Amino acid sequence: MSPGAPPEVECTRLSKGFDGGVEVLREIDLRIEAGRTTAFVGPSGCGKSTLLRLIAGLERPSSGAVEIGGRPPAETLRRAGLAVAFQDPSLLPWRTVRGNVELALKLARRRPRPRAVEDLIALVGLSGFGDARPAALSGGMRQRAAIARAMVTEPGLLLLDEPFGAVDELTRRQLAQDLPRLWEARETTAILVTHSIHEAVMLSDRVVVFSSRPARIVADVRIDLPRPRPAGTTADPHFLALSDRVSAALAKGMGDRADGLAAQ
Amino acid sequence: MAISDTGSRRMRRAAPRIPFGGWPEAGRATGRAAISAGWWCASLGLLVGFWELAWAVGWANPILLPPPHIFLADLTDQFRYFDPTGGRAGAMGEGGSVWSVLGVVGWTTMRVTVGLVLGFVLSLFVGVAIRYFDVVGKLTLPLVTILAPISPVAWIPVAVFLFGIGNAPAIFLVFVAIFFVMTLSTLTQIDQVPKEYIQLARTVGASKRQIYRHVILPAILPGLFVTLRMNLFAAWMVVLIAEAVGVGSGLGQVTMMARNTFNASLVFFTMTLIGLTGFLFDKAFGLIQRKVLWWVGPSNVGGL
Ligand SMILES: Nc1ncnc2c1ncn2[C@@H]1O[C@H](COP(=O)(O)OP(=O)(O)O)[C@@H](O)[C@H]1O
Ligand SMILES: [Mg+2]
Repeated sequence: MSPGAPPEVECTRLSKGFDGGVEVLREIDLRIEAGRTTAFVGPSGCGKSTLLRLIAGLERPSSGAVEIGGRPPAETLRRAGLAVAFQDPSLLPWRTVRGNVELALKLARRRPRPRAVEDLIALVGLSGFGDARPAALSGGMRQRAAIARAMVTEPGLLLLDEPFGAVDELTRRQLAQDLPRLWEARETTAILVTHSIHEAVMLSDRVVVFSSRPARIVADVRIDLPRPRPAGTTADPHFLALSDRVSAALAKGMGDRADGLAAQ
Repeated sequence: MAISDTGSRRMRRAAPRIPFGGWPEAGRATGRAAISAGWWCASLGLLVGFWELAWAVGWANPILLPPPHIFLADLTDQFRYFDPTGGRAGAMGEGGSVWSVLGVVGWTTMRVTVGLVLGFVLSLFVGVAIRYFDVVGKLTLPLVTILAPISPVAWIPVAVFLFGIGNAPAIFLVFVAIFFVMTLSTLTQIDQVPKEYIQLARTVGASKRQIYRHVILPAILPGLFVTLRMNLFAAWMVVLIAEAVGVGSGLGQVTMMARNTFNASLVFFTMTLIGLTGFLFDKAFGLIQRKVLWWVGPSNVGGL
């Protein structure tokens, strides 16, 4: 496998519980094809972040296995390249926005790419803020910096956990247009956790819907909308039909707590 | 915000310009400083006032508790007791000057500074080594934990046995006063580094060494500086004791000599000097702290 070649991800009978008897994931069977974008949606607290952390090798499964390119995460990821943007941006406060992005390259032992760093900072809408400390940025700006940091290493596997949570609606739409272009050009395997059905359908090739805890897969919707998807796609009847399917699956998976998600 | 990076400057420049917008801000800052200085004077004035009053009504014996107007009256006379080299060992010199006083203060400050720097650097090394190398941790940690509660005063004989008389034992005692506590603080700080920082580094493939150098080290610095600053006063107390018993020069030696010769004026004059020096030392430390930890907001630096 050449560095950065997008790997496939396979979860087999994957279960995860925490001390104290919290069962978060129950026997998840999921195969994520290489080079595609997959969205995870599900009620808050159902275990999406936990699943992402298991795929990243940051948690151990209670039973079952995660395989990336046919091997355990830890073995493969260094070669394939992994990047994560957590829900909480966790930028290093002693480094500027640019410094944070550059450090990711350095830690991944890549050559410095000042051009690429500047381009990414501009792409996430932070031009002019390269020298700013994270503490001087708004929550949404920090999340965007974290996205730039995740993308700069050109990872084979990109895990984004609600990366637009604190980003304002307008910027979010712009990012939804710009970012996929970047990872699709390199055929990155991307997994995106999101609360927004709209975002999930718009950005991905496939939407996996989880039930409330313990999370099981309640629907697996293939998004066969052609790319690129301009902003007008949202009015496309097929887009609406797919969104309705995801929405219905979510409601089913949540039982009678469906209005909880509508508020998200 | 005490920020020094160019980005924040750029951002400030980008903010809409209000004519003379800078002035009320600057004026408010000097105003605050003046008010703060006023309270300082009032606070000190309270002590001086009571003391002078006690003298005036005859409660305070001017031989034992001479008020400020007495012990600050004849400065040149006080200066004669100060000898930076400690050569006169308590005898009154021919004619001291401000420079000999500053020399004595300088020697004491030097001992504190060298002890603090050594203690800080070595405790950082040892603390990081304990966490980095498993074997080092298992071998060293019990030792550090056992030695930490021993008062620096108990180390005085050891310091003299090891280093004799001179600068070395005083520096050693300052070092001992902060080394163990700083080592333990380093461990606590390392354990408190947000695990997200470390996990993010690990996911992109960072090595343990890279994680320590680029993530853990900068992350623990602010906490270490706060601990170091809290232990400044301990360092100052220890150096005075060390000078009194084992060095033969410095502010501690002058205090001891003044006590032995029942020179109450000199005792209070030296105490004034110690207070002032300690205060300035802490201020200087605060400046360095803010310079080094530029990313830490003023409210998180701790103290002033
Ligand atoms: N380290 C942990 N220890 C115990 N419980 C945890 C831990 N991490 C997550 N959980 C629990 O697992 C559940 C799923 O969390 P999470 O994966 O963050 O949900 P989501 O991302 O879908 O909102 C939650 O109920 C949470 O309380
Ligand atoms: Mg989550």
